[in-house]
Amino acid sequence: MTTTTAKETSELFTPEIRAEIDRWIAKYPAEWKQSAVMGALMIVQESNGGWLTTELMDQVAAYLDMPPIAVYEVATFYSMFELKPVGRNKICVCTNVSCMTNKSDLIVEHLEKKLGIGFGEVTEDGRFSLKEVECLGACGGAPMMQIGKQYYENLTPEIVDAILEGLE
Amino acid sequence: MANEVCLRTLDLERPWLIEQYQSRGGYEVLKKILSEKTAPEAIIEEVKKSGLRGRGGAGFPTGLKWSFISRNAPGQKYVVCNSDEGEPGTFKDRDILRYNPHQLIEGMVIAGYAIGATCGYNYIRGEFWEPYERFEQALEEAREAGFLGEDILGSGFDFQLHTHLGAGAYICGEETALLESIEGKKGQPRYKPPFPAHFGLYGCPTIINNTESLASIPMIMEQGGEWFADIGVKNSGGPKLFSISGNINNPGVFEIPMGTPFSELLAMAGGMKDGRKIKAVIPGGSSAPVIPGEQMMELNMDYDSIAGAGSMLGSGAVIVLDDTNCMVKILERMSYFYHEESCGQCTPCREGTGWLYRIVHRIETGQGRQEDLDLLDDVADKIAGKTICALGDAAAMPVQGMLRHFRHEFQYHIDHKRCMVGVG
Amino acid sequence: MTDSTVTIEVDGRTLEAKAGTMLIDVTDAAGITIPRFCYHKKLSVAANCRMCLVEVEKVPKPLPACATPVTDGMKVYTRSPKALAAQKGTMEFLLINHPLDCPICDQGGECELQDVAIGYGRDVSRYSEGKRVVADKNIGPLIATDMTRCIHCTRCVRFGEEIAGIREMGATGRGEHMVIGTYIEKSVDSELSGNVIDLCPVGALTSKPFRFNARAWELTQVEGVAPHDSIGSNLNLHLRGNQVMRVHPRDNESINESWISDRDRFSYEGLYSSDRLTSPMIKKSGEWMEVNWEMALEMAAAGLGEIKEQDQVGALLSPTATLEELYLAQKLIRGLGSNSIDSRLRQGDFRLDAGLKQASWLGLKISDIDSLDAALVVGGNLRKEQPILAHRLRKAALAGAAVHFITPLQLELNYESRQSIATPAEMVKRLAAVAKAAGVKGSGSLAALLNAAEADEFAETAAASLKQGDASAVVLGAMAQSHPDYSLLYALAAGLAGACGAKVSVLPEAGNSVGAQLAGAVPHLLPGGKSAQSAGPDALSMLKLPRKGYLLLGVEPGVDFHNPALSQSALQSADMVVALSAYRTPELEACCDILLPMAIFSETSGTYVNAEGVWQRTRGAVKPQGEARPGWKILRVLGNLLNQQGFDYTDPDEIGEELHALCNGASLDNRPVEGLDLEPKLGRDGLQRGGDTPLYASDPLVRRAAALQQTKDAGQGVMRLHPKEAERQGLNSAENAVIRQNGYQATLPVTLDEAIPEGCVWISTGLRSTSMLGQPFGEVTVEKA
Ligand SMILES: Cc1cc2nc3c(=O)[nH]c(=O)nc-3n(C[C@H](O)[C@H](O)[C@H](O)COP(=O)(O)O)c2cc1C
Ligand code: SF4
Ligand code: SF4
Ligand code: FES
Ligand code: FES
Repeated sequence: MTTTTAKETSELFTPEIRAEIDRWIAKYPAEWKQSAVMGALMIVQESNGGWLTTELMDQVAAYLDMPPIAVYEVATFYSMFELKPVGRNKICVCTNVSCMTNKSDLIVEHLEKKLGIGFGEVTEDGRFSLKEVECLGACGGAPMMQIGKQYYENLTPEIVDAILEGLE
Repeated sequence: MANEVCLRTLDLERPWLIEQYQSRGGYEVLKKILSEKTAPEAIIEEVKKSGLRGRGGAGFPTGLKWSFISRNAPGQKYVVCNSDEGEPGTFKDRDILRYNPHQLIEGMVIAGYAIGATCGYNYIRGEFWEPYERFEQALEEAREAGFLGEDILGSGFDFQLHTHLGAGAYICGEETALLESIEGKKGQPRYKPPFPAHFGLYGCPTIINNTESLASIPMIMEQGGEWFADIGVKNSGGPKLFSISGNINNPGVFEIPMGTPFSELLAMAGGMKDGRKIKAVIPGGSSAPVIPGEQMMELNMDYDSIAGAGSMLGSGAVIVLDDTNCMVKILERMSYFYHEESCGQCTPCREGTGWLYRIVHRIETGQGRQEDLDLLDDVADKIAGKTICALGDAAAMPVQGMLRHFRHEFQYHIDHKRCMVGVG
Repeated sequence: MTDSTVTIEVDGRTLEAKAGTMLIDVTDAAGITIPRFCYHKKLSVAANCRMCLVEVEKVPKPLPACATPVTDGMKVYTRSPKALAAQKGTMEFLLINHPLDCPICDQGGECELQDVAIGYGRDVSRYSEGKRVVADKNIGPLIATDMTRCIHCTRCVRFGEEIAGIREMGATGRGEHMVIGTYIEKSVDSELSGNVIDLCPVGALTSKPFRFNARAWELTQVEGVAPHDSIGSNLNLHLRGNQVMRVHPRDNESINESWISDRDRFSYEGLYSSDRLTSPMIKKSGEWMEVNWEMALEMAAAGLGEIKEQDQVGALLSPTATLEELYLAQKLIRGLGSNSIDSRLRQGDFRLDAGLKQASWLGLKISDIDSLDAALVVGGNLRKEQPILAHRLRKAALAGAAVHFITPLQLELNYESRQSIATPAEMVKRLAAVAKAAGVKGSGSLAALLNAAEADEFAETAAASLKQGDASAVVLGAMAQSHPDYSLLYALAAGLAGACGAKVSVLPEAGNSVGAQLAGAVPHLLPGGKSAQSAGPDALSMLKLPRKGYLLLGVEPGVDFHNPALSQSALQSADMVVALSAYRTPELEACCDILLPMAIFSETSGTYVNAEGVWQRTRGAVKPQGEARPGWKILRVLGNLLNQQGFDYTDPDEIGEELHALCNGASLDNRPVEGLDLEPKLGRDGLQRGGDTPLYASDPLVRRAAALQQTKDAGQGVMRLHPKEAERQGLNSAENAVIRQNGYQATLPVTLDEAIPEGCVWISTGLRSTSMLGQPFGEVTVEKA
């Protein structure tokens, strides 16, 4: 039990975010708060428009009693964490084998043309960003993509148009 | 004989609800075990009898794995379910989570009872939001119904079960990387030994099984190990979920007996799209070496049959490719995947997967050199068997398989700087 | 794992080993070399480099020797075609992305990768793609990075986590994009950080001060001993010509293991500071002039010899001096009829001397710290006083030892422990509370203190842990020793230790603090560590009641003393001050009459007696600069000039041997004599000052080490106080404050710091910027400047 001078953890984040992170913490043994790091990063990433700043990572580190570098390691290891701003709708297109052989390249081409951006880029209005991803475990619905938390399967350019239409 | 085990509720409306599961006899066997105080050894014995082999890819006998835990050792033990489902071509665990989450829960509680664990985690890949919510809802229902938590059904047995959500890393499907990930670290595999049965989650004895393996347990306990074993063939007990995708009419997940001819599976999946010719099949997820179509049509879907053809049944992910596919391009994409997903920890995989990809890439883009095919073989050989985890092998095997069966296509690419199939 | 012995066969040789030992340890012990990069005997096994792959009979895949436990009957081939193929494969992979810039790399000639590559690499790279390039980040003044060369062995990362105890380096990103570093631009602050330079098998982490200054093959290596803290870490000095180019650790399991502190590694830079004193100098009507040795020595002898009154020549000697210097200096002064000799210049209270009949010391073996079950550290910031000891105590803590601290400021620790943070005056009470909880009764004023103390939960737990432990210690750190009530703290600690079956452990301040006591360089002990019949005045009394003359050896007024302001005024008031010094400073020039240039660390031969009493002899490795001479020679001539007996040494070894013979039968003992009646001196009223000596302010050499001075641990001339205290003092928005202490005064910047207890302001000593103030603990007033 080392008493720390670091910022009181109660000063970090909003009460809602704290409550959400605490729900993750509660799942693990008391001495393994660190287990909640992925959950916590996901929560603060979402509250920050989809990406993580160094400051946010530092706050997560303080909240979970971790060295900041251990949080950076995690944040840079997992592909769902973003370290640069993304669009309000992050479009993740699978291009792995099953999707590829079902013409995911046409979907990619269509999206790139329609949005005027390539992989790793954000539309000027910040509405969309594009990301190439590996197999999302929905190969039965190839070609497919994920936007936010939602999977969209059996895509055609027309279906893509309709989906994008409905997004803010 | 389809959808008898893991998908036994699939024909029901909203099959994921606890009432639906119970309407098919769900949780009955758990009740029985707890009320009769079945000996844990007897459960492990039954699982051994069933011939159930790990459905995550390696095919290790599940009963045997459980028996490695010294049940009476003091301290916490864990049951961990691997729902990371990242092997390209695999999409079966997602269906278990979406349509039959309670069977997985019941399986995990039984597993906990059998090995003396009072806590479990289900590691669900981060992208699986819908399955995650379904599973969370099921946990809620199960807790409410008293199938989870403290003193389950008054038996004195406690079992807590939580979900851990991944965040995008194929390597976390490797069991020790997954444990590291639950511990809040990067998903870097641990060197084995020690194995998780001795030093697992938080350093405690742990069994880790695939979603499908664990979800098979309630039926094994209900109907008996022998019943399960008899559904399949020798060395491949039970039915299995096959995720079949690619250039076929009706891709999807089929639960069929082990040993079913591939041709039947293909027929169930609606046959080849546009009536095209089958060129090749990747029979067990993208790390499984490719098998030429004609040869595949003669094989059965079980461990020995596929192994006999120089490949592996793996996770039961079957990717069917027709004759419009350029094999160089397919390999290029697969090599890119392993290069992207290497955790970077050990030298041969970190450096070698990138090298493999770059060689295939240059062949694909017409920059290939004569010596490249030997170089590919050599680099793959230098990775295989020399890494901390099997991702190294997984990256090497497809290369070796492709060169074994489709070397001429690669040669053509090098000689003509273009694709034989006319697509690349 | 069992303890049973197994027999294995390696390359046809039969070897015996304990079952479960890693193969590489067995082969290393047998002198069979297996190439490796990630393995290090002091770090956890990572098995990530795959360089140590060997063939094991009946195992289809090659196995990493560093992670394969031996089993009976195992047959191993380290150089079979299969093993060699695996090793060569790894080597090729390691080289494909390596820049191969050996000609410009600082590691060139001592690179493990280069060495192994010569044996295994291919001449022509079959990898024709672009190589990975990694952008470098500045990680501080000590370590230079060139991460493109990194082979990701993670030794540096594991070192941070496992040894330094702070994770500063990490591996971010994954796969080929994995990068070792700090991720953000951030200095690495561990006091042991430099060890990663030695650990790094390639030239990715190198010494920044050393950078590009020399090539490895131009260097010669000689052995040395570090003078700064009481560990006496074993060193290898790397020389080019007459210059120390860098310092590396020399393995010594019982002392520093494989590590050295950054202070020991980088302090050599101080040798080349521009204020080295390179010629004898005398002050004539206020003007300094260079003179020849003869003249300077004659004047010094005459000046000191003139003072005939008893105890009127005071000797203030640095505890970082060699044993020979300390011994000769006290011999000289005692020959002049004076017992005014001391080397405990930062100690705050000497009432205990009357009761101490023997030299005080660590109280246990350095390596025994690893296996302590419990420790109570009083007034010790171990990481910033004695980094290697701190590392060992951390080992004990990680193994389950209960560590408690009574401390005047909150410490940054790298293990589980409990701290009771108290103002300096309060510290005595807190320790009394622990003693009371342990059942100590005491007599006289101690009894009163114990009666008044309230054993709270902290006290109960601390006492219980000390009692429970089979091996436990009550440790008195530097801040306890500079405390005005050190005697009380000591007496309480001794009582507590006695009641708990624990050891009393005094952390000697510097490289020869124990040696100085054996050499008679303290007022209460004679050479050989024997109790003096009549003790002379101690370091503090010598300044409070100024002497007529002083001999200074390796010390600087204002920064090396308990009471900086007093040290300057007292010395200035003397008739004759002779200083043997490696440096000239304005303060020395203001106080002294004669400055004699003295050789320092690495320039002179001599002995150090470390905290546990081990004598370690070092040889002069480089020539002293300018006209500087080894201290023992200067003192010998002074002895001769003063016609003293027994100053005819021709070799420093003779001096050492003479003293060694005197020490025959001497023992180190921390037991104080009973019955001292001690009243607390430090008042509890008003605002108190607390102060430490920052890690890199400890002695003249380190204060001049340029790179260390750029780090956080160099210390700052500021006043730190708790935000709430600042509010109380009306200082919360103040930039600067005026501090008054016993008639001394200084204006210093204000820093808010929650680590400082309320009721207290923190001002470090050892810094020129605070040297106008008095002792580190005492009453002060502050106001906005
Ligand atoms: C690179 C790699 C990825 C893996 N991915 C998965 C996965 O996504 N799901 C899974 O169940 N097993 C995966 N495995 C296999 C697991 O390591 C482990 O063998 C399995 O979870 C054990 O469960 P089982 O015996 O029930 O199959 C993977 C293995 C490797 C080497
Ligand atoms: S084989 Fe690849 S994924 Fe597995 S530990 Fe080594 S680098 Fe990581
Ligand atoms: S910087 Fe050096 S020690 Fe650290 S991982 Fe790289 S090669 Fe290893
Ligand atoms: S290949 Fe695209 S989801 Fe599997
Ligand atoms: S030394 Fe054994 S793998 Fe690195």
